Amino acid sequence: MNNNIITLHYDIDGTNFTIAGQASSNIKKVLKQLGVDPAIIRRTAISMYEGEINTVIHGKGGVADIYISPDQIRIVFTDHGPGIADIEKAMQEGFSTASAEARELGFGAGMGLPNMKKYADALNIESTPGEGTTVELIINIHS
Amino acid sequence: MNLKQVQKTLDATILSTTPWEDVDVHSACGCDLMSDVLAFVKDQGMLLTGLVNPQVIRTAEMMDIRVIAFVRGKVPSQDILDLAQSMDMIVMTTSYPLYTACGMLYEQGLPGNVRKEQP
Ligand SMILES: Nc1ncnc2c1ncn2[C@@H]1O[C@H](COP(=O)(O)OP(=O)(O)OP(=O)(O)O)[C@@H](O)[C@H]1O
Ligand SMILES: [Mg+2]
Repeated sequence: MNNNIITLHYDIDGTNFTIAGQASSNIKKVLKQLGVDPAIIRRTAISMYEGEINTVIHGKGGVADIYISPDQIRIVFTDHGPGIADIEKAMQEGFSTASAEARELGFGAGMGLPNMKKYADALNIESTPGEGTTVELIINIHS
Repeated sequence: MNLKQVQKTLDATILSTTPWEDVDVHSACGCDLMSDVLAFVKDQGMLLTGLVNPQVIRTAEMMDIRVIAFVRGKVPSQDILDLAQSMDMIVMTTSYPLYTACGMLYEQGLPGNVRKEQP
């Protein structure tokens, strides 16, 4: 199975809020080309886009690594931003520390992480305050 | 609802060059918070918003929303339009405010596409 994995890597610019979303847009196109079920593409696109936006607006930029195998899509965001002090609190609907700039773009409702949890089959967050955050999303293709 | 009826109801100006006259929408959502669109919108209808930036287009893209109406006479910049255009979206602008624009479409029979939240 391992020889069937497609690996993709994206640098996520933390300085330009307006172009955020390009990695998610590309992955959506790749999944479409691979003929993945539209419902799975949609769940992947929404949860990845939330993660990408978080990497930009909270993580100050980072990288996204995507692994697509016949049975799952794994997305890992890594940043070296401020980190998350209390992950449980960050997971609550409505909790947000988004900046005024992020809010002006229509973000900061504190819905991203709960939404990622809802749409992905697994969401794993590892974070050290002052060092950064790693967010892993897994979407099963054949569940 | 056919987009011709939407356009007429909102007295909207179509800004994109994507063919639109034969397109139908079955539901709509009025929202300025992209987080909420991503969290609550159920099906691929039309988005009405007073927010103008490229993330509106990106959000619509992720949600498979193909029709966007900017309210209160807002006209997106060319780069935003180009982004929408590259994904065959239909973009229009209406001078009505968000609440009124949504109300007019609702009155014409276009339902909402956001599920009712438990209190
Ligand atoms: N990569 C990250 N680095 C640091 N903090 C983060 C990161 N991702 C999330 N957070 C913290 O978790 C909080 C909740 O994130 P969540 O995505 O749920 O909401 P939001 O981004 O604030 O708003 P929304 O996603 O609704 O636009 C953020 O406000 C932030 O404090
Ligand atoms: Mg978020």
